[in-house]
Amino acid sequence: MNDLLVANSVSKSFGSFKALNEVSIAVPKGSIFGLLGPNGAGKTTLIRIINQITMPDTGSVLLDGQPLKGDHVRDIGYLPEERGLYKSMKVGEQCLYLAQLKGLTKTEAKDRLKYWFDKLEIGDWWNKKIQELSKGQAQKIQFIVTVLHQPKLLIFDEPFSGFDPINANLIKDEILQLRDEGATVIFSTHRMESVEELCDHIALIHKSNKVLDGKLNDIKRQYKTNTFEVGLESLNKEKVLLEIQDKFEVLPATFKNLNDDIKLNIKINEQTSPNDLLSFLTSKSEVHHFVEVIPSASDIFIQTVNNNQ
Amino acid sequence: MNHLPLIIKREYFTKVKNKSFIVMTFLSPLIMIALIAVVAYLSQLNNEKERTISVLDETGYLKDVFIDSEHTNYTNLNGLSLEDAIVLVKEKEDYGLLYISKTNSLDDVTGHVNFYSEDSPSLSVISGLERQIEKRLKEKKLELDGVSLAQIEASQINIDIAQESFDGEKSSKIDNVVKLAFGGAAGYLLFMFIIIYGNMIMRSVIEEKTSRIIEVIISSVKPIQLMMGKIIGTSLAGITQFVIWVILGAVLMFVVSAIFGIDLAQVQSPQQEMVNQAMQASDPQVMAENLINAISNLPLANLVIAFLFFFIGGYLLYSSLYAAIGAAVDNETDTQQFMLPILMPLMLAVYVGVFTVIEDPHGTVSTVFSFIPLTSPVVMLMRIPFGVPLWQQALSLVLLLASFVFAVWFAAKIYRVGILMYGKKPTYKELFKWLKY
Repeated sequence: MNDLLVANSVSKSFGSFKALNEVSIAVPKGSIFGLLGPNGAGKTTLIRIINQITMPDTGSVLLDGQPLKGDHVRDIGYLPEERGLYKSMKVGEQCLYLAQLKGLTKTEAKDRLKYWFDKLEIGDWWNKKIQELSKGQAQKIQFIVTVLHQPKLLIFDEPFSGFDPINANLIKDEILQLRDEGATVIFSTHRMESVEELCDHIALIHKSNKVLDGKLNDIKRQYKTNTFEVGLESLNKEKVLLEIQDKFEVLPATFKNLNDDIKLNIKINEQTSPNDLLSFLTSKSEVHHFVEVIPSASDIFIQTVNNNQ
Repeated sequence: MNHLPLIIKREYFTKVKNKSFIVMTFLSPLIMIALIAVVAYLSQLNNEKERTISVLDETGYLKDVFIDSEHTNYTNLNGLSLEDAIVLVKEKEDYGLLYISKTNSLDDVTGHVNFYSEDSPSLSVISGLERQIEKRLKEKKLELDGVSLAQIEASQINIDIAQESFDGEKSSKIDNVVKLAFGGAAGYLLFMFIIIYGNMIMRSVIEEKTSRIIEVIISSVKPIQLMMGKIIGTSLAGITQFVIWVILGAVLMFVVSAIFGIDLAQVQSPQQEMVNQAMQASDPQVMAENLINAISNLPLANLVIAFLFFFIGGYLLYSSLYAAIGAAVDNETDTQQFMLPILMPLMLAVYVGVFTVIEDPHGTVSTVFSFIPLTSPVVMLMRIPFGVPLWQQALSLVLLLASFVFAVWFAAKIYRVGILMYGKKPTYKELFKWLKY
């Protein structure tokens, strides 16, 4: 049992529109799982099913090996993309209320709130009304409310929208810390750089179907094209270039470098090892730059979505 | 997990702590009392004015008919000509001149009675005069036919049929009035409560959507608990406000009448006085006795308990319908199209109550409507004073409460589906479709 959350071929239709088609995912314990996909792909529907806001038409969802049931709301913390708080309620009262809805007692909630308010240095907000706070400030409160009951599973839908870079970093660090403390995180976003930074696993949903899933590194390995970025210096540029083109598939490269004469992307086939390429290059010229091209999450995203059009 | 108490508490305290709620709670009775005091003061001013009606009776038939009363004096102008009388009345600024011109016989008087005045006289004054004249002429005629005044007095018979059921339960005409009044009051109170606080419940249900907290809430509690909590919490806030109104109103009323010496209950206008006099209302003491009798004839314990249950049940049912509207829309402006259909059954209930129940309290129409949940709170309450078997009351109440629970479930269902459709105004057809999701 290494997966905290398992969805087994979950389908959901709204009228004639199929929002999810036989989608299965497995979220390993203690990981940060990126749930990716273009707008309208079905991510939010899946998240809502996990939160028991809607029921799947077919398929099942298991949390810690058990089918989802009412009590599981205590084990899940959900920060939805459409978010807000009661505007005319005071910050402290509101946090206490929402924490109690998640099953904390009032004193527990108070202690933990104190910890978080101190940690984020917002103690003086306690008696302010939400409408007196800025959007980013309200988001901080919302984040605290989401994690306060120490759920096993945290679901963040676009958690960084509305934050300035400093606060976004702050929240990112908090998420990582929560993961280190044992929480499992499902993370839905369009911002691929944050996927790159945070996610261990990803699943990509496109047009209601899951089109990709697995460990981010495995996927990257799978998507790499055995291409190497190469920067060379040689007195006899034309000749070297011809010799390389003769032996390998060569594409133009656009990386930044100081003074290389030749900038190339060189693709090698399965049988050739990087060392073979390197020794070939050193025999012909002076190698200044040699890096394997690893596809970014963004590249994978775009490529997969385009392939599945 | 049961979050109901928590939700009720929040709903209650956010309502009660709301500034506009507090202002309205304390301002409304003040405004009401101020209004009543002004009206009372004005009518008192009016009361202090005495009116004088001059009478010029050339026939002599109407001697001693018109007797001075508290607000009305009569002056006899006999012997003057009509022209002189009119001039005099104008000079004295009397209310008007009643002129009965000379006739040949008693039968001709009908066409010979005139009233002259500066402004057109009030309807109640004229009809009061008419009735007094009619009475005297009738007596005169009978006297002409050889019936003595004593005989006429003696011939006046007042029949009050004593009603008694086969079980030996006594009742009287006035009972029906009391029953009608009771049922009507209950219906009216329910109507008022729903109109004032139904909207509040609806707004409260929309609150989560406008503040966009809905997904957070809905991922923590079941919609049906949220709906139930909102309905109960808001209702309690409404009851709090209502009780404060009643207490504050009573205190203020007392203070105002103590300070200004205006007895609000006993304001009687000259018009009323005239009518009362003309009708020669039956002995007030007998009336009061009948009234007390009538009230004690009512199944009081049953009524009070039934009132509580049906009032609460009816209020909850209608509130849950308001909640369902709130659940179906995104903002308040979209609620208009749904409002009328909700109030219609209630109006129907009041009509059925007034027109059918009083005539035939146990007829088919009354019975059927006293079981239909949307009309039963009013119709059943109107029927109960006439005696309704307990099992019928119980059945009707069970139906009422069951439909309340159903309506809340329905509202919760709409709510759950509604959140998936931000920013779209639902049609009835869509609402029906959502039920099947």
